[in-house]
Amino acid sequence: MFMVERKKNMGRWIGLLVIALAIAAFLSPWASSSPDGLERVAEDYGFSEKADESVLEGIFPDYVIPGLKNKGLATAAAGIVGTAITFGLLTLVGKKMARPSADSRKGEEVSD
Amino acid sequence: MHIPDHFLSPTTWIGASAISGGALAYAAKKTQKKLDERQVPWMGVMGAFIFAAQMVNFPVAGGTSGHLLGSMLAAVVLGPWPTMIIMATILGIQCLFFQDGGITALGANILNMAVVGTWAGYGTYRLLLLLLPGTWGQKAALFAGSWMSVFLASIVAAFELAFSNTLPLSLALPAMVGWHSLIGIGEGLITVAVIQYLLRVKPELNIAPIKGGMNVHG
Repeated sequence: MFMVERKKNMGRWIGLLVIALAIAAFLSPWASSSPDGLERVAEDYGFSEKADESVLEGIFPDYVIPGLKNKGLATAAAGIVGTAITFGLLTLVGKKMARPSADSRKGEEVSD
Repeated sequence: MHIPDHFLSPTTWIGASAISGGALAYAAKKTQKKLDERQVPWMGVMGAFIFAAQMVNFPVAGGTSGHLLGSMLAAVVLGPWPTMIIMATILGIQCLFFQDGGITALGANILNMAVVGTWAGYGTYRLLLLLLPGTWGQKAALFAGSWMSVFLASIVAAFELAFSNTLPLSLALPAMVGWHSLIGIGEGLITVAVIQYLLRVKPELNIAPIKGGMNVHG
């Protein structure tokens, strides 16, 4: 019964993970390429070129995986990679920080 | 509103980094006390969702776009302390891997979006929950908190630009606030919709806050 419970719960967060990966893969290539709020302000007031030089080169600048000719595909790939990295890293960080659940014996009781 | 390198003066970004560093250390302490091991996958999943959603810029007006911030969303699901860790981790990944937000501005971006964004939203949400009853009250509180998280983060960013002598406050404040008031509407709509979805798949999710706001696991 415990296993059944566990499996059901797992399905719930996995659903959101699948949605996240789907957004990264299918929606990110269609994102608006217009400047965002800050970029727009920088353009309007003539200081956007300050951003041209980056102190540190990112590995995949501008969410593009190099080597993929198709721009949409390169963005989708970057999105999937970034989403997976975020999931993995935060799960590790969470594992390091979390305390063992004190009421695991009580099953589904929400701890305060 | 990820600030790139060279928009901020050294004094500003060093100062902002010191504040956000201290805030993150405290958030880590609080998270260690409260985070239940069953919440760990939700921490990963919320971060993954917010990262993906932040890639999808939506047009707002006049050739300008915005994207989800997500701090209100995470704060409702996991509480404000783990949310600060989640947002800071996302900002770090965006900076190091994708060159989105400068490495020198990382501390300022964490201050704006992980610290101010999280607490402006969560504080507004908690306050309005006291005043607005029922599920519609909850939705309204969620929308207003989401809007406020973007709004206040943009105000702090405007001050940082002004402190850096990049743009005087008299210009930076109305410009930043103007665009982000529009972007905040998108933030509110997305946040309310995602919480509605989560309530459907996870009916035991209690978005009426309990002490510390930690209420989802499994």
